[in-house]
Amino acid sequence: MANKVIYVMYDDDGVLKDGAKKLVSKGIKIADAFSPFPIHGIDPIIGVKNTRLGIMAFIYGLAGLTLATVGMRYFMIVDWPMNIGGKPNFTYLDNILSFVPISFEFTVLCAAHGMAITYLLRNKTLPGMPAQNPDPRTTDDKFVLEIRTAENSMDEKELDELIKDTGYIEIDKKNI
Amino acid sequence: MQKEAAIREPLILGHKTYHDITEDVCRPIEDKAPKMWYILFGIALIVGLYGVGCILYLLGTGVGVWGLNKTIGWAWDITNFVWWVGIGHAGTLISAVLLLFRQKWRMAINRSAEAMTIFAVFMAGLFPLIHMGRLWVGYWVLPIPNQFGSLWVNFNSPLLWDVFAISTYLSVSLVFWYIGLIPDFATIRDRAKKPVAKKMYTILSFGWSGRAKHWNRFEMVSLVLAGLATPLVFSVHSIVSFDFATSVIPGWHTTIFPPYFVAGAVFSGFAMVQTLLLIMRKAMSLEAYIHTKHVEYMNIVIMVTGSIVGTAYITELFISWYSGVEYEAYAFLNRATGPYWWAYFAMMTCNVISPQLMWFRKLRRSLLFTFFISIVVNIGMWFERYVIIMTSLHRDYLPSSWSMHYPSPIDIGVYIGTIGLFFTFFLLFARFFPVLALNEIKSILKGSGQSYKESPDYHKNH
Repeated sequence: MANKVIYVMYDDDGVLKDGAKKLVSKGIKIADAFSPFPIHGIDPIIGVKNTRLGIMAFIYGLAGLTLATVGMRYFMIVDWPMNIGGKPNFTYLDNILSFVPISFEFTVLCAAHGMAITYLLRNKTLPGMPAQNPDPRTTDDKFVLEIRTAENSMDEKELDELIKDTGYIEIDKKNI
Repeated sequence: MQKEAAIREPLILGHKTYHDITEDVCRPIEDKAPKMWYILFGIALIVGLYGVGCILYLLGTGVGVWGLNKTIGWAWDITNFVWWVGIGHAGTLISAVLLLFRQKWRMAINRSAEAMTIFAVFMAGLFPLIHMGRLWVGYWVLPIPNQFGSLWVNFNSPLLWDVFAISTYLSVSLVFWYIGLIPDFATIRDRAKKPVAKKMYTILSFGWSGRAKHWNRFEMVSLVLAGLATPLVFSVHSIVSFDFATSVIPGWHTTIFPPYFVAGAVFSGFAMVQTLLLIMRKAMSLEAYIHTKHVEYMNIVIMVTGSIVGTAYITELFISWYSGVEYEAYAFLNRATGPYWWAYFAMMTCNVISPQLMWFRKLRRSLLFTFFISIVVNIGMWFERYVIIMTSLHRDYLPSSWSMHYPSPIDIGVYIGTIGLFFTFFLLFARFFPVLALNEIKSILKGSGQSYKESPDYHKNH
């Protein structure tokens, strides 16, 4: 039997969520959901794990802070200590107050850009990539559940039977 | 889906569906531009190009073409810089701070406010660059290994802090804005009929999918970027104020500057948002999404920040006398009664008195009045910077050096030119970009839409 992808389309986020709940309770594995905006509460139903991008942002921020500290210590204390109005510049700690603004800015710079780049790479969304959504209407007002026959023990007929009473408006199947 | 109190005014008026929202926002992009757009764009472009001409003349001739003299070495350039940075504060405040506070009304205005922010910061950044006189050595502000010694930039200097603050603010705001734009570009991409538009929006939308995992990441990125951008907003104008506060010029050397500059920035930023949005909602028929309630919320922000600014003015005056420093006391007396009294008067009227009118519910809900005040506030905020900078400099410690500043035509040309460029960018944005955050508006439709709030089963599940 050929493996198929079933796209079940709904016209309301609430209906999709209830439908997904029903299907999951029957033991169906839902591969994905497509929607024009984030549907709150869909992730635990279809088993999408929470992203770890927040941790990455923290790591990038820490890297930025370290880089700024090491850099400013080298420029201002080690390599070319400047005498500005006789202010102490023998150690980094003596002069640390002056370095607070840039340490902060550079931390934010690295955290934000590091996170944004990681986000785009993880999503595989980059300039010029082809559209990844199954139907152009999913960016307007339609909501789609993706079910793969290969991931489910039931055969297509049984799946169709269960999907039928979730209130969908269209169903589309593709061989893969 | 989040519910909210029934007595709260709905944020989306009328009986909109998800599809209606898409239609309403995409129609102005897909239709032919109205004649008015071409007229405005033409005017803005001509003014902007005139400004570019003035800048080129300045770069070719030298900073001497500005009306500076031996006493006043910093005038319109820094005034304009601070003014534009201030205007550039509303966008990120709206999208980041209000996101953390879960203010849903931000969703109708954040996209265009952020665009405004980015364009305003572009204009701001122009001034420090051209005031170097030699634009091509602008990269010297970065700590790059070099053959001079090696000679590093001075990390103790607020001017260098500014470099880092402004560039971080600009690039982080840009990323924040663009990440929000990607799903909306995808909406336009999927609707586009013409091949060129389809191709352009495909490139811009990065192949966005809308799958659950991507939305999960999207929300996390928005939240973390908001968390990072919030202290950033406050730090940027604090650092701009350090340019003055860390000096020892009477009138500048005050610790009140950072909070007072930040409040002033938010004040003028919101005023500019009002100016732009009041026109945009009408021109693009977005009255259902940006309506009186949004305007009222923004007016309340203007009133609060205006009051903070007013308090700061009075505190400054008091402290200058209370400090017992005669130079400080004189600087402030001279501000109010010296040759620049008219600028001081303009600043006080526009920034202290006008926002207080917003206490009247009728006035703060009047769109015409709001539009008028928004322009008054921006004039006032320009004068605030002008007063701070000019009056502190023009009376040197040495009376023989006392002087006045008269702007040269190039001063005026560059300033007017940046306004032209700003509107050129904004009009292009309004023409080709989704001006409302589609995906965010759709997510609040069921919680804050009028038709849903009025339906009998809205509170059923409570």
